[in-house]
Amino acid sequence: MSALLTMTGASVRLGGALVLDGVNLLAEPGELVGVVGPNGAGKTTLLRAALGLQRLAAGAVKLGGRDPRTTPPAELARRVAYLPQARRLAWNVPAWRAAALGAPNAPQAKARQIALDALTAVGLAPLAERGVLDMSGGERARVLLARLFASGAPLILADEPTAGLDPDAQLLTLELLRARARAGGAVVVTLHDLGLAARACDRVVVLHKGGIAAEGSPRDALSPSVLAEVFGLDGVVLDTPSGPVLAAGRMAS
Amino acid sequence: MSRPVLLLVLLCGVLIVALAAGAALGEVPLSAAQYLEALRHPASAPGEIVWSIRAPRTVAAGLVGAALGLSGAVLQGLLRNPLADPAVLGVSALSGLGASLVIALGFAVLPGAVETAALAGALAAGGLIAALAARFREPETLILFGVSLSALGGAATSLVFNLSPSPIAAAEVLSWLLGSAANRDWTDIGWAVPPMVAGVALSAYSARGLRMLTLGDEAAAVSGLPMARLRAAAVAGAALLTGAATAMAGIVGFVGLAAPHLVRAGARDDPGLTLLPSALAGAVLVIGADLASRLIPTDVELKLGVVTALFGAPLFGLIAWRAARSWRA
Repeated sequence: MSALLTMTGASVRLGGALVLDGVNLLAEPGELVGVVGPNGAGKTTLLRAALGLQRLAAGAVKLGGRDPRTTPPAELARRVAYLPQARRLAWNVPAWRAAALGAPNAPQAKARQIALDALTAVGLAPLAERGVLDMSGGERARVLLARLFASGAPLILADEPTAGLDPDAQLLTLELLRARARAGGAVVVTLHDLGLAARACDRVVVLHKGGIAAEGSPRDALSPSVLAEVFGLDGVVLDTPSGPVLAAGRMAS
Repeated sequence: MSRPVLLLVLLCGVLIVALAAGAALGEVPLSAAQYLEALRHPASAPGEIVWSIRAPRTVAAGLVGAALGLSGAVLQGLLRNPLADPAVLGVSALSGLGASLVIALGFAVLPGAVETAALAGALAAGGLIAALAARFREPETLILFGVSLSALGGAATSLVFNLSPSPIAAAEVLSWLLGSAANRDWTDIGWAVPPMVAGVALSAYSARGLRMLTLGDEAAAVSGLPMARLRAAAVAGAALLTGAATAMAGIVGFVGLAAPHLVRAGARDDPGLTLLPSALAGAVLVIGADLASRLIPTDVELKLGVVTALFGAPLFGLIAWRAARSWRA
């Protein structure tokens, strides 16, 4: 199957500094890809470059075979849905209205139905009329996931989708995204929690100083040497009956 | 009936009552017989009072209020900030500056000169802000530019006072700046309608973009909507509306800020659904303020901008007090 996202040799300069340095990245249907790395490694820039929000200094990005920077807005939204890190909602709109923003070009009645279906998928159908600012942080995060799902785009890019959530909501978020991938989409998430990345992602990409330091299954990508070099951690990913688990601590210095 | 529809029906009802009261009431009390005569014979003396003085003045006040209310709602949606209003982006200030210059230079006698200058000032501010909006997406940046533009416009207007050749010209400028719908006739209204219609059309077009901005700029940027175009339409629409309103009645504060707040809860906070009710609420507010300026017995008639601020500020404080409980970071 053809990749939904292809980045080849993508480099980005911000204020003279090379923030992304010749990155290659593929996202294929069916997989949940986790991008991890220390603060400032270039994770957000990677997603923004993939979306065409960031001009490339070198290299190329293709979303479904097309350069995002020359793709018309409506066409781009059919290919990709994006959850940015900044998630402050400006107004207390009903949850269904926020979810319907995923389908802005659909007729109103249809958009409402799409939104309600998406809210059902994240288990929030009973709260469809509730104002998003009257919800808990976890519920609000699910509304924003519903907005992503409502777009129907096969590729989802989510920047720190688990930030600020309690452990249960973090796992639920990644499960919902994973289910989306299993249904034939591709999902790329940036994560700070390596344990979560090891547990939930099919493939992990370790970003370090703008380049890819390691890539592969959680066990391969988060090898003891990578954990030590990139994160300064003394750790290992263990295979357990409930999936890969990261055991790590700070390195003795 | 859903809450937003109920709100519209309610506002339309109140607006009809306000328009009727505005056309009927004034400094000179009329008897029931005189009202009947005015209805039957528009050319009679009471008919002249109702149809040629009070009615156009009331319609002018309503249009000014509607334009300012809509403009405020558009800007609050665009900037994702409940504190935004036409004054924040410097649109009112440059509009006032344009009119002040024309009055101080003695060109006010030319028909349409003040109006054209006010509109030109608003459009200059709007054009500048639109150009900046295309380059900088963050609302904070636009607000900062707007505040500086506003300060510049205010300073330049003060300079006009400062260098004004005669105290009479300065008094005229001040009187105009305080805002009024008095003595507006149907011709004045005719002048204001085309820019207002254009402003309404642009605002309506931008509505889905304003709604999308609920999610923030980054999410909106890849949402499937042509955000750059919608954003430019919102700025241009707000500038045209503010310019046309200022051209017709001078600077009328607080309406653009308060009207969206009055209706927001009824519109379920939706920036798109807030537009029309904000226009209606703005119209009601300014017609009410104009009526108050006519009916409050003072030696010199109160100025519209003075009344809207005098009543608007405490009212707004009350709204803020009540809303504070539901405002979250």
